[in-house]
Amino acid sequence: MKKLVFLIASLALALYGTILFAGPEVEQAAFKAYFHNKFPDVDKADFINGVYALDKNAREQWVEIEEFPPYEIAIDEGELLFNNTRFTDGKSYGHCFGTGQHLRKKYPYFDEERAQVITVELAINDCREKHGAKPLKYKIGDLAKISAYLSYHSRGDVIDVIVSGSAAIQAYNKGKEYYYTKRGQLNFACVDCHVSSAGKRLRTEILSPSLGHVSHFPVYRLKWGSIGTLHRRFSGCNSQVRAKSQPGQSEDYRNLEFFLSYMSNDLKFNGPGVRR
Amino acid sequence: MFFLISLSSTYALSKGTLETETTRVEQGEKLAFDRKKGNCLACHTIGVGTMSGNLAPPLFAMRERFPNPEKLVQQISNSLLNNEDSIMPPFGLHGLLNEEQISKIVDYLYTL
Repeated sequence: MKKLVFLIASLALALYGTILFAGPEVEQAAFKAYFHNKFPDVDKADFINGVYALDKNAREQWVEIEEFPPYEIAIDEGELLFNNTRFTDGKSYGHCFGTGQHLRKKYPYFDEERAQVITVELAINDCREKHGAKPLKYKIGDLAKISAYLSYHSRGDVIDVIVSGSAAIQAYNKGKEYYYTKRGQLNFACVDCHVSSAGKRLRTEILSPSLGHVSHFPVYRLKWGSIGTLHRRFSGCNSQVRAKSQPGQSEDYRNLEFFLSYMSNDLKFNGPGVRR
Repeated sequence: MFFLISLSSTYALSKGTLETETTRVEQGEKLAFDRKKGNCLACHTIGVGTMSGNLAPPLFAMRERFPNPEKLVQQISNSLLNNEDSIMPPFGLHGLLNEEQISKIVDYLYTL
């Protein structure tokens, strides 16, 4: 009897510990399960296609757009920029990134030495500055094009963000806190639109699910008429809820990207994408 | 004569009241549909409004559902008081709409 009581007590303690110290792994499983249960008919791998995984009509239109994808020019221009740029010291992007193939899956990662999240866009500008060139704008233009080129050559690679060590977990938690915090005059948190309301319509627009959100960036948005980075979209979301948007690669945005990417682990990169 | 004058003023008054109420309802509808004010159609299906979202419940039979107008005013002004997890923007608390505008929207909603 004593043994049984001890066993039950141990199990209860273990369960309590799991809930109290859920941690990234448990949170990721719960996050994925939520979407899988909410949309049982959607193939788990299809969440990388956002609203087009949820809505048949929207998907049909998107498939037609993909026949002549508007992001192709950005990929071509990004390739030229990546291969032909020579910095003042004679070096090129290749000195930082090799061939540029299958690069996207390395980012974002937590750099222990620098004690911060490093994204692919930050790494591009780090490379430039290391070789004496001025940094590019983070949300639009040449940097988004180079990112599009790199994403294209990482299609099919698996998102595999590692959150390990107290400093990385702290960055993850900051990203999570940003995601769940209501802000702006309209008082919306990211979670309000992209988890609990995913699949519903805001006016005529279907709200995309957060699972798979990061897989297809940068994107060419018809609304923008150009290619833009994930952080351009973050700042657009901030503006839409009438909150102060942040500069591209701000610490908040990088932590948010870190959190969101970890939530989408095991899905495949399919950028660049096209969205309305 | 006095009767006629009195009847006439009563008529004028009731006509004026009617006009005022109609105007308030019309203004309320305009405020509810205006994307820079209530923008209620972003989330709710409402009356003759077009291109509405379905994020939140459709608004109909409002007098039956909210017999107490104060409760409806509170829901618009600060929905978090009723439900702390609500995703409805607190229109009054965050200065999206003033009291008079919310009051007109309530007048309009009671026609649904």
